[in-house]
Amino acid sequence: MCLAVPMKVLRVSGDRATAVMDGVEREIGTALVPDVVAGEYVIVHAGFAIQKLSEAEAQETLELFRRMAELGEAEPA
Amino acid sequence: MKDVPFVTAFRDPGPARGLIARIRDLARQTEQATFMEVCGTHTMSLYRHGIRALLPDNVRMLSGPGCPVCVTPHAYLDRAIALSREPGFVIATFGDMMRVPGSTSSLQQERARGADVRVVYSTLDAVDMARREAEREVVFLGVGFETTSPTVAAAVLSAEREGVRNFSVLSAAKLVGPALDVLVRDDRLRLHGFLCPGHVSVVLGTAVYEPLARDHGMPCVVAGFEALDVLQGLVMLLEQHVAGQARVENAYRRAVVAEGNPVARGLLDRVFEPMDTAWRGLGILPGSGLRLRAAFRAHDAERFEVEVEPTREPPGCACGDILRGIISPFECKLFGKVCTPDSPHGACMVSSEGTCAAAFRYGRE
Repeated sequence: MCLAVPMKVLRVSGDRATAVMDGVEREIGTALVPDVVAGEYVIVHAGFAIQKLSEAEAQETLELFRRMAELGEAEPA
Repeated sequence: MKDVPFVTAFRDPGPARGLIARIRDLARQTEQATFMEVCGTHTMSLYRHGIRALLPDNVRMLSGPGCPVCVTPHAYLDRAIALSREPGFVIATFGDMMRVPGSTSSLQQERARGADVRVVYSTLDAVDMARREAEREVVFLGVGFETTSPTVAAAVLSAEREGVRNFSVLSAAKLVGPALDVLVRDDRLRLHGFLCPGHVSVVLGTAVYEPLARDHGMPCVVAGFEALDVLQGLVMLLEQHVAGQARVENAYRRAVVAEGNPVARGLLDRVFEPMDTAWRGLGILPGSGLRLRAAFRAHDAERFEVEVEPTREPPGCACGDILRGIISPFECKLFGKVCTPDSPHGACMVSSEGTCAAAFRYGRE
């Protein structure tokens, strides 16, 4: 029950929205992220958007992985 | 592989190799590091991505009590089962609860005997169901931590607003903070840090872990659930451990902000109030559960008077010690013999995020 997945919001209507992940569309609740707009990515848990996802932070984290990986590979195995 | 935004990049094997090398390097700088992954989804992720098997011998992961289905006590199930036997009642629940054993039955068994028990994907489905079927009493089983409970609060408010009077919640909502507080004080665990639950932190933010770092010297790292997220979380825990530091760090920045989700917390606070509640394995913890506030009594399933059978725990089941990280599933006498995912004795074997279910499916002793 605790799985949560990233979805892209397609349309918002009142406190519900239509969102899509990997081609699958479904209705989600937006009461916990009331300012969400079409085009934004959200994490969906138990049928509700619980937070918007930050593209900028995602890119920074991926960059951090690359730097950590370099640190790891620089050490003798 | 198809590119799924916010997912694919976090499963890239390239950086994974480097992160594992970094973990091995850090592990050489310490005698022993024992961390607890609090969340059941982390337990699954560690097994499913094969991370457990890649860790050096002196880096040990203990599974914590972070599967809400698993910590729900028998007495709650027994009450839900009693309600399901009432004429005109519909029990609406997340699928994981169906097979959780109560004292003498389960919701699945009750459904086979004719009870109206329905699996829903979201609380919205349950409210919609109540609206469509006004002649029935729809009881939603409100099991979950701070990630799920705001969705229950939103459903109660929606039912209240729209005058859906036949929707109510049987609350078993639990708070993560009080459970971590018990674990951090348990000397048997000898913990060196917590891998903190990503989606609970989406709602709570990072402040909830500060007392663990400040008062108990416990490194805390919030992590996401993809392979790279978990590996990065472990690197950051090891870095703190090796450096003798204890602070709260966030390895899941694309989803977790320090202040959490104040809208979700506001809904929680409006609908629920804290209460003492029983956890399977941990006992009754003060202020660790949530019940509906008196203003929402019309939507509180506690108001229904039903006769509930006396609670009986399954003999030999070690779920309690497993949920505290004191023993591993492989040390339970029932594990894999009489207790399997097809025929679970304890809740840890039922839920897909349960420690025993994950160990049965992926684990090696």
